Amino acid sequence: MNKKTTLAFAIMDPPFESARSTTFFRLLSIAASRGYDINVFAYEGGVHLPFNNQKAHANGVHGTTLEEENHPLPKEWISELMNVAKQNDGHIEWVNCGLCADERGIDETVSGVRRGSPADFWKLASTSDNSLVIGTR
Amino acid sequence: MLISSRDPFECRETENLYRLAVNLKNSGHAVTLFLVQNGVIPARKSASNREFAGLIRQGIHIEVDDFSAKERSISESELKKGVNLAPLDNIIDCLAKGTKTMWH
Repeated sequence: MNKKTTLAFAIMDPPFESARSTTFFRLLSIAASRGYDINVFAYEGGVHLPFNNQKAHANGVHGTTLEEENHPLPKEWISELMNVAKQNDGHIEWVNCGLCADERGIDETVSGVRRGSPADFWKLASTSDNSLVIGTR
Repeated sequence: MLISSRDPFECRETENLYRLAVNLKNSGHAVTLFLVQNGVIPARKSASNREFAGLIRQGIHIEVDDFSAKERSISESELKKGVNLAPLDNIIDCLAKGTKTMWH
């Protein structure tokens, strides 16, 4: 039986700012669809990605309602990616840097996200087959 | 695999990544440069960047994220000779095979 593939990612970009977070989610989607185990360490602005208080909104400038705007929320993408991984016999272990979260008041996250420290990234990377660090600069 | 996410016309550091690709190849390593996001801009036929042209001359394997190209209205026929559209899956393939992969 083949050993299961485990990949680790580090992401530091907040949502709604850079294409990096979009590409990161695209990579996660591919890995989750393959049933890989995925380790994520989110730090600095990246801890906002699973923030549970993100809210969709209407757009007064465009004149769209809440439903018409259909605003995408990264917290929902994360929950869905966790479901996709599970459906394919994989798992997403998501660790938010606790210090970074406290600095930013990120005290509520979607289910499946835990607090940790940069040492957790070392542990996650050490137990993975490969790692990709998506740095902001 | 080196992942280039920035446009060299905006970020001159990108040219250092190109030089790294050439140096690694000249040291005997297999190198793939994967262009994503604004990193796909120099792959357009009409874009002129000496360092990027050097990559093609040196035979560096260059792949262009198909989604990023589409977002920027770059079709396959508008790409420079020597670069090809590729799915983002190729990055996951390399990671899964244990290939050293660096994001820039």
